[in-house]
Amino acid sequence: MAASLKDATAIVGIGQTPFAKRLPESEKTLACRAVLAALDDAGIAPSEVDAFASYTMEETDEVEIAKAIGAGDVTFFSKVGYGGGGSCATVGHLAAAIASGQASVGVAWRSRKRGSGPRPWKNTAVQLPTPAQWTRPFGLLRPADEIAMLARRYMHEYGATRDHLFNVALACRNRANQNPAAIMYERPLTREMYMTSRWISEPLCLFDNCLETDGALACVIVSAERARDCRRTPVYVHSVAQGLPSQHHGMVNYWNDDPLSGPAWTAARHLWKSADFGPHDVDVAQIYDAFTPLIPLSLEGYGFCGRGEGGAFTEGGALEIGGRLPINTGGGGLSEAYVHGFNLINEGVKQLRGTSTAQVPDAATCLVTAGEGVPTSALLLRS
Amino acid sequence: MPQSETLLSPVVDEDGAPFWEYASRGELRIQACARPGCGELRFPPRPCCPHCQSFDSEWRRMSGRGRIWSYVVPHPPLLPAYAKLVPYNAILVELAEAPRIRLAGNLVSAPDAPLNSVPPERLRIGAKVQVVFADLDGVAVPRWVLERP
Repeated sequence: MAASLKDATAIVGIGQTPFAKRLPESEKTLACRAVLAALDDAGIAPSEVDAFASYTMEETDEVEIAKAIGAGDVTFFSKVGYGGGGSCATVGHLAAAIASGQASVGVAWRSRKRGSGPRPWKNTAVQLPTPAQWTRPFGLLRPADEIAMLARRYMHEYGATRDHLFNVALACRNRANQNPAAIMYERPLTREMYMTSRWISEPLCLFDNCLETDGALACVIVSAERARDCRRTPVYVHSVAQGLPSQHHGMVNYWNDDPLSGPAWTAARHLWKSADFGPHDVDVAQIYDAFTPLIPLSLEGYGFCGRGEGGAFTEGGALEIGGRLPINTGGGGLSEAYVHGFNLINEGVKQLRGTSTAQVPDAATCLVTAGEGVPTSALLLRS
Repeated sequence: MPQSETLLSPVVDEDGAPFWEYASRGELRIQACARPGCGELRFPPRPCCPHCQSFDSEWRRMSGRGRIWSYVVPHPPLLPAYAKLVPYNAILVELAEAPRIRLAGNLVSAPDAPLNSVPPERLRIGAKVQVVFADLDGVAVPRWVLERP
């Protein structure tokens, strides 16, 4: 029988720094703080760490982390590409390494000063070949413009409205208002604020866009067997998937049959195939929210509703606590912090430990997704 | 002038070079497989055919007609040269001969008119457009005008 990742590993430690528009310390220092906090949470000594995984966009490499925190001999290290599409895959790579005996204690992390540092799209010297040739010269400069293009078409084709996008922004903001660590903890959002805010790229306004945050997060992964002896309730990695669809291109894909069916659909097929439960058994979801339209698109991709129904799904408080599918219960990238989606992973763990600041009663299963549009990844966690 | 003060020129790579060479002659051409029996169009250009794996390719002339598949109206923060033009438009055009092939571009009132020369309220998904070519710092770039202005 082929080896299975199902429940073979667990997240046993999580850590994070404060989140702010500007933090004084370097990305490297923040990374070390988050990693050490996660190890402390797990009750595992840094010298036991023998595996690392992060994003290709992570500026602090595993060599720097390992020597700073005092890791032992490291036998597995990996980096995942495509910006926020890599978030869940960092956990996935470590789960695979540990389940197959390549390592025993894995640390995944992301540290980023996106709040006080430069906006990546402003660097016109460093651009991927496809955008630099086929989209940037025409003024599709930023990820917001690329996603707005899909959002306009989605609204046109399926009748989604700005109110649907507001429902997403509001659910995230409401959860952030419950989370003292969130950037938007004390800043409620109203429909009037949303509808009268400035445009970023029509049809997307300011509140359709994620925050720009300094901060770092990390988590610790070990085998299920070892997890039973750890300090915290283990949160099992039930299923994990990456998704690079056939004929896809980098950031978004305008060149296939249906650009509104993104990498989420590919990741979802594999994710559910390997799982003991389906979308309707998910108690809470942490869905990558760099931009509000990614939520309806992801709800469809991961099978919570049919094609074109993602906008309507958000109605009637469906994304709020007590709704059909509470999402982004720490506030998400829109209202807690934007750290390439790593806060969504840690929030999933908090929900299944029962320690979220917006706890879904008896949550036992959680979907976590990475950036949609880019080659992506996703995790199913269970307690 | 620093690059950020001007509109971005296409960063042409080996696969895409023929597109821009044809554009300089006022021709919109798309890469296609040259293997008899295949002949599939592909975009963005690449070394071999994803349908039959042939490395033989040709550049097939398009009529230059298409429809607006979607559009955006960007607002600041933007690169300075683009910020000066807000609200401008960026559109995706599906080609009449190959609706799956969508080219990013701009709807303008005339070939060398600026990116903000058409009022945003004139933009419609499904509007029929025709390619024109504009000179951008010595590079011919496709722009689009309404078939019925």
